Amino acid sequence: MTTTVSPQQTTTTPPTTGSAELPSVAEGAGVWTTGPRGALLGLGIGAVLLLVIAPLTLGGFGLDLLGRYLCVAMVAVGIGLAWGRGGMLTMGQGVYFGLGAYIMAMHMTLADTTLEGETIPTFMRQNGVEQLPELWGIVQHPVVAVAAVILVPTGVAGLLGWAIFSRRVKGAYFAILSQALAAAFAVLIIGQPVLTNGSNGLSNFHSLFGWDLSDQANRTVLFLVVAAVLLVMLAVTWQLYRSRFGELLVAVRDQEERVRFLGYDPALIKTVAYMIAALFAAIGGALFVPVVGIISPADIGVVPSIAFLIGVAIGGRSTWLGPVLGSIAVSFAGTQLASAFPSFWVYLQGLLFILVIGFLPGGLASVLGLVRRRRSQGANDDGGQAAGSTTAPVSSEQEATR
Amino acid sequence: MSARTTVSAVLSLVAALTITGCGQRYDPQAEAAAEQVPQASCVDTSGDTVKVGLLNSLSGTMAVSETTVNRSLNMAIDEINADGGVLGKQIEPVTEDGASEPTIFAERAGKLIRQDCVAATFGGWTSASRKAMLPVFEAQNSLLFYPVQYEGLEASPNIFYSGATTNQQIIPALDWMREQGHKKIFLVGSDYVFPRTANRIINAYAQAHDMEIVGEEYVPMGSTEFSTIVNKAMASDADAVFNTLNGDSNVAFFRQYNAVGLDPETMPVMSVSIAEEEVPGIGVDNIQGQYVAWDYYQTIQTPTNDQFVANFKDRYGQNQVTSDPMEAAYTSVYLWKAMVEEAGSFDVAAVQEAVDTGEITYDAPEGEVTVDGETQHISKTPRIGQIRDDGLIDTVWEAPEPVVPDPFLETYPWADSITGA
Repeated sequence: MTTTVSPQQTTTTPPTTGSAELPSVAEGAGVWTTGPRGALLGLGIGAVLLLVIAPLTLGGFGLDLLGRYLCVAMVAVGIGLAWGRGGMLTMGQGVYFGLGAYIMAMHMTLADTTLEGETIPTFMRQNGVEQLPELWGIVQHPVVAVAAVILVPTGVAGLLGWAIFSRRVKGAYFAILSQALAAAFAVLIIGQPVLTNGSNGLSNFHSLFGWDLSDQANRTVLFLVVAAVLLVMLAVTWQLYRSRFGELLVAVRDQEERVRFLGYDPALIKTVAYMIAALFAAIGGALFVPVVGIISPADIGVVPSIAFLIGVAIGGRSTWLGPVLGSIAVSFAGTQLASAFPSFWVYLQGLLFILVIGFLPGGLASVLGLVRRRRSQGANDDGGQAAGSTTAPVSSEQEATR
Repeated sequence: MSARTTVSAVLSLVAALTITGCGQRYDPQAEAAAEQVPQASCVDTSGDTVKVGLLNSLSGTMAVSETTVNRSLNMAIDEINADGGVLGKQIEPVTEDGASEPTIFAERAGKLIRQDCVAATFGGWTSASRKAMLPVFEAQNSLLFYPVQYEGLEASPNIFYSGATTNQQIIPALDWMREQGHKKIFLVGSDYVFPRTANRIINAYAQAHDMEIVGEEYVPMGSTEFSTIVNKAMASDADAVFNTLNGDSNVAFFRQYNAVGLDPETMPVMSVSIAEEEVPGIGVDNIQGQYVAWDYYQTIQTPTNDQFVANFKDRYGQNQVTSDPMEAAYTSVYLWKAMVEEAGSFDVAAVQEAVDTGEITYDAPEGEVTVDGETQHISKTPRIGQIRDDGLIDTVWEAPEPVVPDPFLETYPWADSITGA
């Protein structure tokens, strides 16, 4: 990442001096959020690592693991948008992750059943069902299934978001509401064993759109698709953050009333951001199913919904790459540490979350920002009131006051 | 614009990969044929050790129960190692935490098989964890030994079920209740797969045997509100209650059951998820005199069991108890040893072939058990127990001989509606 502040960055930095409790956009501006050159570089490095180096160096198992991390990271990208930029602490992304995942799982179960010459899935037969429920029949066609993965969660989020935000529900009330939603959704799934196979969840998939999932070549392609989708999401968020919408979103987060007085509708802006976050979570969920091979209520309830947040908070929720890097790091640490110290990891995760929220609201990205600021201040002290003093010191001062 | 270029670059890359991808289409017929060919495994048996995986929840809600299973697995391995190992090789356990989550179970199973290259894996508790692991073991063609009683309706060539299936626990319990003259049964259970399947079996059984189900109630997992259900049970005029509640719910249920004046004499409760391990948590006072159905109790008098209980107490403390799943897990390690020795190899196909002979037996703490070559379940002796005032369980009835496992209830005509046959 560049250490000099480019003109674009100063122009994209909105005047958010009023906010004290939330890290502003500029906090991560020079660190994880960059101009076009930096963004291209970041995406380029990501693309080389994920699309070339990972498939060449990791074995089948390692690739599956990384694929799971990337699916979870997609949810994190959405949370970064809704929570980091929009100030909506959404503790119920499991709902949208689950919707995407279950739609995909239903389609895959049905496709396998058809290929195996049966009419209804085994678990339904064992539940005494003789005819395929209509809800399942809808997603039989792959195109419909993919469309449903995109439209259903976004539609649900649109309706819910509008209902919530137009009533000006925000802050802790929104957080509690979203969490209750996740709890209710998990209970709903468990309570419908005939439709969802209850707490056992859906698993034992053999094919995806006809491709054999036990074939390593197919699995590698699947991983590449997952990685590419994540990169596209990052490109989209980068573009969003620089757009007028992105600036409005931050403005709504920091001073909702002022935005309203300026003639914008904050509810609309927040609903759109919430819908995008839901869409990313749903796509993550839909890809999670073929990669991991199972979806169960344990993956979508309150606990996983909160777990999605941890990586985002640690990485730096308002930054561009913070959520995705934080999420991948937490997933990786989880796999590594949980084997060695089972209970310890749960406590460490909780402790990290508390520490970051309490003392480092900008996440680890803000530590890098701090280091960079120190360095640039040091450079200025050495250089005295020389040539660069009109631009650089101002920007670093601005950052320091936030 | 850079973002657009990136997007198009990435998309074209994906398109190129998808088109050039030389993957296979899925074909179930070809798949079935391919299963004859043993898959290449990375299990290394060239040294003087052989690795096995222990996959239990050491954290999360199931940790209390599954840690005890992990202990008895470790004990069995140490005993076998002290006795010379398997085929002259020392067993090297690799422990992984399933964290009480099906997805984690599936992932760690993959790690044990593909990264640690274990010859077999022991573990799992909830049906959800087993269902999650099943495709992993089938795809990688490895072996799982699952030690807990469950709802049946499953048989995988890659899984050995050393706990009871329904015809070794639920059906004998119903037979016994009918013998005792209990005609009207009230059902209460946690809302998940095992209780729902068990109750469907119980309903079908009742219909065929002139019994009446006077109530069927479910509560969410972990629920502690039972006043309505207990009152319904009391008002239903039932002869007995069949309880498939799990975990903490039992504490609240029995406390409220006793509070309204119901007891083992007026309306006995038959439980299928409460073993020695769970009794102290529920409180002996709350549950003393009630009935349970399992295949093993700590009080069983066999020389192997005396040894098993004594060793366990020596190892983990005199106040420790042994329960059915712990015994089934312990037994599963010895069964694996017997299979490998019969096969003369750790190879999965060779082990499966050895099992097909139907001659793999082991003199377990619960009595002699035999692995059924067809279903991969084991024949076990069902026992009805009554909880004593010290929290242990006395056998009040036991089957005259081990019952052959029938996970799909094929030998019970009244069960056709359940199995979808």
